[in-house]
Amino acid sequence: MAKTLAEKIWAEHVVRSAEGEPDLLYIDLHLIHEVTSPQAFDGLRLTGRKVRRPDLTIATEDHNVPTLDILKPIADPVSKLQVDTLRNNCKEFGVRLHSLGDVDQGVVHVVGPQLGVTQPGMTIVCGDSHTSTHGAFGAIAFGIGTSEVEHVLATQTLSSRRPKTMAINVNGTLKSGVTAKDLILAIIAKIGTGGGQGYIIEYRGEAIRNLSMEGRMTVCNMSIEAGARAGLIAPDEKTFEYIKGKPHAPEDFDAAVAYWKTLFTDKDAKFDVEVEIDGDSLEPFVTWGTNPGQGLPLSANIPSPSDFASETDQIAAKNALEYMGLTPGTPLKAVKIDTVFLGSCTNGRIEDLRAAASIVKGKTIASTLRMLVVPGSERVRQQAMSEGLDKVFTEAGAEWRNAGCSMCLGMNPDQLAVGERSASTSNRNFEGRQGKGGRTHLVSPQVAAATALRGTLSSPADL
Amino acid sequence: MEKFISHTGTGVPLRRSNVDTDQIIPAVYLKRVTRSGFEDGLFSAWRNDPDFVLNQEAFKGGTVLVAGPDFGTGSSREHAVWALQNYGFKAVISSRFADIFRGNSLKGGLLTVIISQDEVEKLWAAIEAEPSTSITVDLDSRTVSYGATTLNFELDDYTRWRLMEGLDDIGLTLAQADSIDTFESQRSKLKPTTLPIRA
Repeated sequence: MAKTLAEKIWAEHVVRSAEGEPDLLYIDLHLIHEVTSPQAFDGLRLTGRKVRRPDLTIATEDHNVPTLDILKPIADPVSKLQVDTLRNNCKEFGVRLHSLGDVDQGVVHVVGPQLGVTQPGMTIVCGDSHTSTHGAFGAIAFGIGTSEVEHVLATQTLSSRRPKTMAINVNGTLKSGVTAKDLILAIIAKIGTGGGQGYIIEYRGEAIRNLSMEGRMTVCNMSIEAGARAGLIAPDEKTFEYIKGKPHAPEDFDAAVAYWKTLFTDKDAKFDVEVEIDGDSLEPFVTWGTNPGQGLPLSANIPSPSDFASETDQIAAKNALEYMGLTPGTPLKAVKIDTVFLGSCTNGRIEDLRAAASIVKGKTIASTLRMLVVPGSERVRQQAMSEGLDKVFTEAGAEWRNAGCSMCLGMNPDQLAVGERSASTSNRNFEGRQGKGGRTHLVSPQVAAATALRGTLSSPADL
Repeated sequence: MEKFISHTGTGVPLRRSNVDTDQIIPAVYLKRVTRSGFEDGLFSAWRNDPDFVLNQEAFKGGTVLVAGPDFGTGSSREHAVWALQNYGFKAVISSRFADIFRGNSLKGGLLTVIISQDEVEKLWAAIEAEPSTSITVDLDSRTVSYGATTLNFELDDYTRWRLMEGLDDIGLTLAQADSIDTFESQRSKLKPTTLPIRA
């Protein structure tokens, strides 16, 4: 029977299925970080269980870690305890760990692909909702809670029901200056933060094929912001080329490619839902509200609650505008920004840094704002430095930091103050996400860079 | 895990949609390495507001949270479930939950109940009119009842059985260890491993 890509990968990983019960699904790779794992390791200790497959498990420190003075002891004692707990747990249970100072330390979803342990046809989980990032390689990758982290550690499986499948077909060609980030923000605005709920999304179509692997990661990363369980893209030559030469690329590369080439949605396969997006008409896109679905083209004006049809959306818009301190009718381009954050698992990879650097090169950021550049991993940081990008940013007046999740979620000292407004390349504009009382506009790296130069939300075309 | 068969308590109306897990518990509260003590972080940004529903005398002691649609969106943090449980909630009622939050809640014994938005609105009105309204969430009959109203809700038989028996998911899976061994023995050798480390 014709199958979608997600159905094929799922079927290959079913250990056991029984009528009326969830499938028992084998997990090929389990990524670990310090925030969602301590209670899971404790659970193993309490029950005398081991990590079943340390060789399919890998850990790094990302959520809590400082991006300055990384070789000094972590100043916040609670963060330090959490990081130390991860170090002790990894040692006790034999799990590979990349700690601060190590070239492969960084945001867990940047680390997996750069090591080559993220490959097509896999099932990948992590106690982090942005695990969907790895779907860019044609893998089923999704976030889990701590109870499930413990379950995977103990059994290398998860008990789960197969989600339904949704195709998002992006036809046409993205205009120059329109990025993967603009595309996914536009998709979320169209289908809503609950639109993908219960589905694995497969992104398809010409505009998706034309994205680089890193652009595809940006798209898949934010699948969760549309409520989807996972998002994936069928692998192709770009995928194979990206993996080739990575430390954990398959030794028998040709055999692996032969398998990977079987990973596509069959011609006659049926998705439960299909959504069409016109890639030609997209523009740079930013959020104005407090959930990632509250976004508009950068050329638009701040909406009014009365622009929305349902009472629920009207109330949500009213609350969001109040929190964000915005007046309906104001052009988005008139919104003044205090902090630009370039980084995160969404947009903290080398291409993102290059794109932003090419815009700020030889220029100076607005005196009214600060700009933080936080590479997604130490390896990305070193690559950027070898290309001189650190100098480009610091000469423009930006701060060049060490790798981590940083201001994406403000668990470390990189936070917004009350009322402070950011243009952020991260993934969530929730109330208080980047610091209590902080106000977030989600943007692409290009818009972030142009905004840093002008001081108000801007696209490179405005320069 | 504690068995969940039936719970009766009073309700707390949370008239908001898209309550994400950063609202349920902000990241700065996630630094504990235990499963307890997360109640201080629950809805922390809103708790400063004396009018916030949890600060209103009438709703003190409520154990059934009744929320707007798309409750629990965002991060996979199970701390959101723990914060609600640590605070004293036994069940959350909404017309729609985010997938990961729902999964976490049902693994952890916090019952998440889906009813239509119309029914949520009626329940809000009933609780606001009379905060002492007793609400029963009964897993055996898969019903929510208050006053003269009884509503059916759906939950698959397997999850219902697991919650009613208070069963540990890992224990259930380890009973299938033979199937896992067999699967592993046939697993493709092309799949990557993280060990030994390759540079």
